[in-house]
Amino acid sequence: MLTQEEQTVAFKCMSDCGPAVITQLLWLIPAVPMLASGVIALLKQPKRKTASTLAIGSLAFSLLLALIAFAHVLSGWASGKAVRETANFTWIQVGSSHVDLGWVLDPLSAIMLVMVTFVGLLIFIYSTGYMAHDENYTRFFCFLSLFAGAMLGVVIANSILLLFMCWELVGLTSYLLIGFWYFKPSAAAAAKKAFLTTRVGDVFFLLGIVWLFGQTGTLLFYNGGSGSMELSALTGLLQQHAAFGLTAATAIGLLIFAGAAGKSGQFPLHVWLPDAMEGPTPVSALIHAATMVAAGVYLIARVYPLMQAGALAGGTTTSLTVVTWVGAFTAVFAALIAVAQNDIKRILAYSTVSQLGYMMAGLGMGGVAVGMFHLITHAFFKALLFMGAGSVIHGCHEEQDIRHMGGLKKYMPLTFATYGIGMLALCGVPIFFSGFWSKDGILEAGKHWSVSSAPYYMLVFGAVLTAFYMTRQVSYVFFGAYRGHAHPHESPKSMTTPLAILAFFAIALGAIGTPAWPWFSAFLGNRASALDLHAFAEPAWLMLLLTSCAIVAVGIGISWWLYGSKSPAATEPDVLERAVPPIWAALRDRLYMDELYGVTVIAFYSWWARVADWLDRRVFGGIVSLVAWLFALWAKLNRFLDTNVVDGTFDKSCEEISTGGGLLSSLQSGRAQTYLRILALAVVALAAILIWSSRA
Amino acid sequence: MTPLTGYLLIAALLFAIGLAGALTRRNAILVLIGIELMLNAANLNLIAFWRYSPHPEALTGMMFAIFSIAVAAAEAAVGLGLVIQIHRHAHTTDLDQMNRMKG
Repeated sequence: MLTQEEQTVAFKCMSDCGPAVITQLLWLIPAVPMLASGVIALLKQPKRKTASTLAIGSLAFSLLLALIAFAHVLSGWASGKAVRETANFTWIQVGSSHVDLGWVLDPLSAIMLVMVTFVGLLIFIYSTGYMAHDENYTRFFCFLSLFAGAMLGVVIANSILLLFMCWELVGLTSYLLIGFWYFKPSAAAAAKKAFLTTRVGDVFFLLGIVWLFGQTGTLLFYNGGSGSMELSALTGLLQQHAAFGLTAATAIGLLIFAGAAGKSGQFPLHVWLPDAMEGPTPVSALIHAATMVAAGVYLIARVYPLMQAGALAGGTTTSLTVVTWVGAFTAVFAALIAVAQNDIKRILAYSTVSQLGYMMAGLGMGGVAVGMFHLITHAFFKALLFMGAGSVIHGCHEEQDIRHMGGLKKYMPLTFATYGIGMLALCGVPIFFSGFWSKDGILEAGKHWSVSSAPYYMLVFGAVLTAFYMTRQVSYVFFGAYRGHAHPHESPKSMTTPLAILAFFAIALGAIGTPAWPWFSAFLGNRASALDLHAFAEPAWLMLLLTSCAIVAVGIGISWWLYGSKSPAATEPDVLERAVPPIWAALRDRLYMDELYGVTVIAFYSWWARVADWLDRRVFGGIVSLVAWLFALWAKLNRFLDTNVVDGTFDKSCEEISTGGGLLSSLQSGRAQTYLRILALAVVALAAILIWSSRA
Repeated sequence: MTPLTGYLLIAALLFAIGLAGALTRRNAILVLIGIELMLNAANLNLIAFWRYSPHPEALTGMMFAIFSIAVAAAEAAVGLGLVIQIHRHAHTTDLDQMNRMKG
C-alpha cells in the first residue's frame, strides 16, 4: 500500500535517476512472444517442433528479461530506494492533445512479470505433452504465445490505453483458446459466452478510461507527478462530483472495477469462467486460473491509488468497500457451487472464481500486498491443480467426470503427490503451504476491517467450503477403487516435471509472506523487512492460526467422513444429495445463475431482437418500400409526360421545321429562269415604288 | 417629247423584248440572244444619255458603250461555249431540264 509520502519519494527518485536500460527494454518482454506468435502463424501445420520451440524459446527469453528487471527492482529496494521507472512516449499527436503510451517497472509489475513468464513457461512445456496428439498443435502455440505477449503487455502498461489494448487482446486470445476445439458445439458456445460476458465489464471499463482521461487529461499512470495515479490528478478527481453523491474518483474506480469483475469472474459476471473449461486443460491452467483471470485483480492493484483516494488514515473508500463485498460474496457463492459439481475441471473453475473473490476482498480490506500475495501463490497452486487435473484427464483417456475415476493414486503416483500438495495449499493447511499464508493475510485484514465484520465470517465459511470440496474431489479421484472403463496410466515427463516444479513453489512461496518475515508486503510497499520471530508468538496471530487450523480440520474432516475411500458407484447419488436433495439440486445447477440470465438478460435481448426485427421489416422496411413506390410512381408520371407531352411537342416542332424546310427548298428549284423571273418582278416592283414615291 | 425620250422608249422596249425572251424561251441560245438584246438596250441608253448630257465632248458614254460591247462579246462567247459543252454533255439545250443545281 503506497501512502502519499511514499509516492512523493517515488517521484523524487524518478527525477534523480533516469530509467535504467532494463526499463527502456521492458517492451521486449511482451514483444518477443507476440513476434513468435506471428512467426508461428506463418508456419505450416506439420512444423510442430518449430512452433513449440519458438513459443517456449521466446517465453524463456521473456523470463530471463523479467528476472533481470526483477533483480533491478530488488537491488533498488535493497538500497532503500523506491523503484518506479517509466518509459513514456507519445503515440498519436492531434493538435495540442496527445495519446501517450508507456511502460512502468515497479515492484508490482516486476513480481507479476516473473510470475506470468515462469508459470507460463511451465505450462508451455506441459502443453507439448498434453497437446502432442492434436493436429492443430502449431495453431495452439500461436494463440498461446499471443496470449503470453498480451498478458505481459497488461502487466507492464503504464498507460491505461495500452493496458486496455492488451486487455482486449487477452480477451481475444481467451476466446480463441476456449473455442480451440471449435468443432465441439459446447466449446464454441463457451467461447462466445466468455467473450460476451467479459465484454459487458469491458464497456464499463472503457467508460471509466474515457472519464479518467477527460478529468485528468492524461492516460499515463505515472509520469513524474502528472500521471493519473499521482497526487495532483487524484486531488482533482476528489473535488469533482458525479451523481448520487459520489466523487469522480469513486465513480471511475467503480467503473474500472466492473471491468476487473468481468475479467476476474466476480459475481454476477462469473458465469463465463466455469464454461471456459471447454478449452484444452493447459489453457484452463494458464489463462483461466493463473494469469488472465488475475488480470482484473492486477488492474485493481495498479489503480489502487485511485481506489484508495480520499481515504482517511485507517479508513476505507466507497469503491474499496464495494470491491470487498463483491469479493467476499463471490468467494462464498462460488465455493458453494463447487461442492456439488462432478466435472473435475468445473470444480477447479468454481474454486478459481471463489479464490478470485478472496483476492478482491484482500485488496479491498488489506491493500495491494494482501491481494497480490494471494494472487501469486494462487497462480502457482491453481496452475498445479489444473495441470494435475489435465494429467488425470489425459491418463483416464479424456474422462472428466470424477464419479468415473477413483483409486488413481495407485496408477498415477507422481500426479497424486503433486495434486495433493496443490490441494493442501488451496485448502490453506497451516504452516507448510503457501495458500495458508496468503489466505491468512486476507482473513487477518478482514478481522481488522473497520466497516463490517461480515466479510470476515463469509471468508471463513468460504475457507471451510474450500477444504470440503477439495477433499471431496481428491477422495473421489484418487482414493477408493477405480470405477472407469479405461486403463489409467501416468503422464509423460514433459507433463509431470512442470507439476513437480510448481508443487515445490506451492510450498516454498509461503516463506516470503509470513508475519515473521513479511518480505512480500515490504517489497511492494517499499519498506524494509526484517526477520522477527516474535511475530509468531503474538496472541492475535496465534488466534488466527487456531482459526485456520479449525477451518481446515472441519472442512477436511467432514468431507473425509462423508466421502473418504467410499468409492461409491458412478450411478449412485451423492451422500449430500440423499441428505438434502433440493439444496443439492440447486447447487448442482449452479444456483440457477445461467437460467436467471436466460430468463432476464437473454430473454430481454431476444425480445428486443424480435422488436428490432419487426421494426426493421414493418416500419423501416415499410418506409423504404413507400419511398421506392413513390419514386416509381414519379417515374411513371415522368414517362407519361415524356412520351405524350415532351416527345409530342418535339416531334411536332420537328415536323414543322421539316415542312418549312420543304417549302423553302421548293423555292430553290434550280431553274435559273424562275429565279430571273422573280428578280424581274422584284425590279419592276422596286421601280414602281421608286417612281410612285418620286411622284408623291 | 424630246428626242431623248424617244431613244429611252426604244431602249426600254428593246429591254422588255430581251427580258421577255430571256424569261420565256426554253432554248438556251434564245435566252442568250434575249440577254444580248437587254445589254444592247442598256448600251443604247448609255449613248443617248451621253449625247444629250451637258458635256457631250467628254466621250465618256462612248467609252462605256464600247467597253460594254466588248464585255458582251466576251460574255456571248463564254455563254455559247457553255451551251455547246452542255449540249455535248446532256444532248439538249432545254433549260428546264438543266435543274441539277436544285437544292
